[in-house]
Parts: sequence; C-alpha cells; structure tokens
Amino acid sequence: MDYIFSITTFILKGVIVTLKLYAVTAVFALPIGILVAIGKVSGPKILKKILGLYTWVLRGTPLLLQLFFVYFGLPFVPVIGIKLDVFPAACLTFSLNYGAYLAEIFRAGIESIDKGQYEASKALGLTYFQTMRRIILPQTVKVVLPPTCSEAINLVKDSALIATIGMGDLLRNAKQVVTRDMNISAFVVAFILYLMMSSVIVKVFEKLEKKYSIYE
Amino acid sequence: MGIVKATNISKSFGTLEVLKNVSLEVDKGEIVAIIGPSGSGKSTLLRCLNQLEKIDAGVIEIEGVVIAAPDDPQRKAGISPKEVRVACRKMGMVFQNFNLFPHKTALGNVIEAPIIVNKMNKDSAARIGMEQLAKVGLLDKKDAYPSQISGGQKQRVAIARALAMNPDIMLFDEPTSALDPELVGEVLSVIKNLAKERMTMLVVTHEMGFAREVSDRVVFMDEGRILEDARPEKIFENPSHPRIKTFLEKML
Ligand SMILES: Nc1ncnc2c1ncn2[C@@H]1O[C@H](COP(=O)(O)OP(=O)(O)OP(=O)(O)O)[C@@H](O)[C@H]1O
Ligand SMILES: [Mg+2]
Repeated sequence: MDYIFSITTFILKGVIVTLKLYAVTAVFALPIGILVAIGKVSGPKILKKILGLYTWVLRGTPLLLQLFFVYFGLPFVPVIGIKLDVFPAACLTFSLNYGAYLAEIFRAGIESIDKGQYEASKALGLTYFQTMRRIILPQTVKVVLPPTCSEAINLVKDSALIATIGMGDLLRNAKQVVTRDMNISAFVVAFILYLMMSSVIVKVFEKLEKKYSIYE
Repeated sequence: MGIVKATNISKSFGTLEVLKNVSLEVDKGEIVAIIGPSGSGKSTLLRCLNQLEKIDAGVIEIEGVVIAAPDDPQRKAGISPKEVRVACRKMGMVFQNFNLFPHKTALGNVIEAPIIVNKMNKDSAARIGMEQLAKVGLLDKKDAYPSQISGGQKQRVAIARALAMNPDIMLFDEPTSALDPELVGEVLSVIKNLAKERMTMLVVTHEMGFAREVSDRVVFMDEGRILEDARPEKIFENPSHPRIKTFLEKML
C-alpha cells in the first residue's frame, strides 16, 4: 500500500505537467479555432487560402512529427532558427494542432446554421458582426459540443506525446517507475489517472450539452 | 409620393432573369397583395426592396430616400450606407418559414433587435417586447423556445419581432404557406389587425380570399413582370389578361 502511495505521488507530479499542457492548449486552441473558422467562412479569398493551407498541413501530418519539428527542427531553420524549451515547444505545437482541428469543427458548425438566420438578422438591422456574435456563434456552440468533446478527450491522450521530447509527464513518470522497480503497478495507476481525467471532461461536456438542450 | 417606390428594377441570378423592369409604388397605409405562379419573382421582389438581394438595374426609394440605383451613377453616388441602413430598418420582414432564433425565447427573439440594433436598455425593450407579444396574443408564451410552440405561434412571434422595431412598412413573404391549414387563420387575423391600423404592407400570398378581402391593390406577377396591378375586384372579377384568369381558376 505504501508502495502504491509513493509511486502515485511521483506520478502525480507528472499529472501536473499533463494538466498544465492541457490548460495552455485549451486556452490557445479555442480562440485559434474560432478565429480561423470565422476567417474560413467569411474572410477574403487570400485569407481563406492561407487558413486552408494551415489546417491542411496540421491535420494532415502526425502530431508527433510536428512536435519533433518544433522542438528539434526549428533551431536549424534559417532566419527564424530558435531553440524552444520542451514545455513551450509542446504548448506551441499542441495549440496550433488542436487549433486546426477545432477550426474545422467550428467551420462545419457555422456552415450548418440555416441561411434564414442570417436573413432574419439582416432584415432586423443587425450587422454581420452582430449576427455572428449574437445569432450564429451561439447556435454553433450547441452543434459543435459533441465533436469538441472528442477532441478534448484526444488531447488528454495526445498530451502523453510530450514524454517523447523528454518531459516528465504522467506517462513518462509511470514508465520510469515501471522500469526502475520491475513492477507494473505504476501503469495501472496511470490507466486510472487518465481515465479519471477523461471522465471529468466527459462530465463537463455532458453538463454543457444538457444546458444547451434547453432549445430544440 | 410613395413610401415604397421601385422603378424599372431588374434582377438576374446568373443567366436567369428573375425581375424584368418591374415598377411598383406603394403609398403610406396601403395594403398590396402580390400574387402569381411559383417562380414568377414575388419573393425576389420583396427581398430586393429590403436589400436581401441586390438589384442589377433600376431605382429603389424608401420614404423618399434612394437606397439602390446601381445603373444610375449620379444617384448611386448620392447613396450613403448609413441612410440605407436607416431606411431598411423602416421595413420589417416576415418569412415563409419564420426564421425565428431557436436559441432564444419568444421574448428573447422580439427584444433582440431593439437591444442590439437600437441600443435600447433591457427594461424598455422587454416592455415593448411584451406589448408586441400581447398584441399577437402570445404573452403567455414569452418564455417558450420556438421549438416548444406551434407553427402559427412561431409566425406570430416572428410578426411581433418585426413590429418591435417599429417599422413603417411590413413585408410578408407567404406568411402562411408553411402552416397546417388549421393554423392559417390565427396568423391571417394578426395581419388583418395590422391592416386595420393601416400599416403599410406588401403581402406575397397564395390565400386568394385574404388578398381579396384585405388588400387595396393586387399585383399579379408572371415570369418576372407585373402583368396587372389593380384593385382586387378588378383582378378577381375581370382580369385584363387570360393568364391571370387561368391562374385564379386553378387557385379557387
Ligand atoms: N438565390 C438564388 N439563386 C438562384 N436562383 C434563384 C435564387 N432565388 C430565386 N431564384 C430563382 O428565381 C426565380 C424566382 O424566384 P422567387 O423565389 O422570387 O419566386 P416566387 O414568385 O417567390 O415563387 P414561389 O411562389 O415558389 O415562392 C425562381 O426561378 C428561382 O428558382
Ligand atoms: Mg417565394
């Protein structure tokens, strides 16, 4: 029992890293997703092209490769060659990657709203900006909650990739204990901790979906 | 002088010419029914008036303000976007399929534009909203979401929503066409009440009885043109064109 307690404390230190990465990614990826989605729906052609390129690359290549590129590769890129620390490198990569996924989800969500909503808004005198903010985006939230929930759960799991560039997150700490002690209890603890985090996220989204189920 | 004045307006979608040199003038307090076969351009005409569609040629004036004159450089230059917005706000529109905001309650739908567009404070907006809902007989549904009320009730909320902006002109595009027959009456009676108050109205409708009873003038459209624009008795009893006669016989 003491053994389990002591390895759990060590693994929990890794959980802090995981949670920090999670929080930073969520905070940046959400606005990136919203802005890119709006740009893709109503921006000028050239902007649409650029944003299309962004989501195409970030969604079409492995997150692990992107992470390696930012951490190991950026220093060798001419002109901008900068060396980021592990954690900032992970935050940057995850935010851009998840921003791209969310952008596509939000874009599809915005485009699923009936065009009659825009017409009614315009006929009432709302500007395009007011229409987006007051009428379209609030309805989009409801539509995008389920796919966003999947991404939020994916992020819990993907966060483990940070272990590959050497940061002591939940997974890496657990693995360390297992190799050190030749005992797989640490993996069991890791399973449980991941499941707990995913469950919290599912619960949060269930609450949100319930809140939004008040209409239609 | 007409409160709504469209002069020789034309509108095409790609190569399809939907409005061909249409001219229409409506005086203040006048109620004009627009009838005609499907695809004749009735909706497009209404939508051009309040700028949901841009005309290709001609002039549109609302209360004496030119809001569109694409092929008249001089008048076009005199149009200020702000004046256009103000003029368009004088027109309320009611759609065939309601287009209520599903994430807002009935009252929320009605007070949205007064608060956001007219920057009215919440209390005054709510007061106006309740007045309008009472007027269409739906005060008891003020907290209901659109999904919780019937089609007829939805359309009455949509009418209240348009009226809350205090329009001088109301545009109705087939307000009862999406309704079950037993719900048509309640919506028509709300529109009739507006008619009694002499609200200026343009009503696209397939309800011939209503057009005949309520309107001062009936405009018959066919293939993007106004075929006849006359008093209802004239259109219904002695139409000037055989096509109108055929159409009316089919409708009755
Ligand atoms: N946005 C659009 N793009 C392309 N074609 C359009 C568009 N809107 C309308 N049309 C076409 O223009 C023609 C006139 O349409 P409109 O909706 O004005 O007819 P209507 O008289 O209102 O018919 P209905 O009684 O069926 O409502 C139709 O042939 C229609 O298909
Ligand atoms: Mg129509």
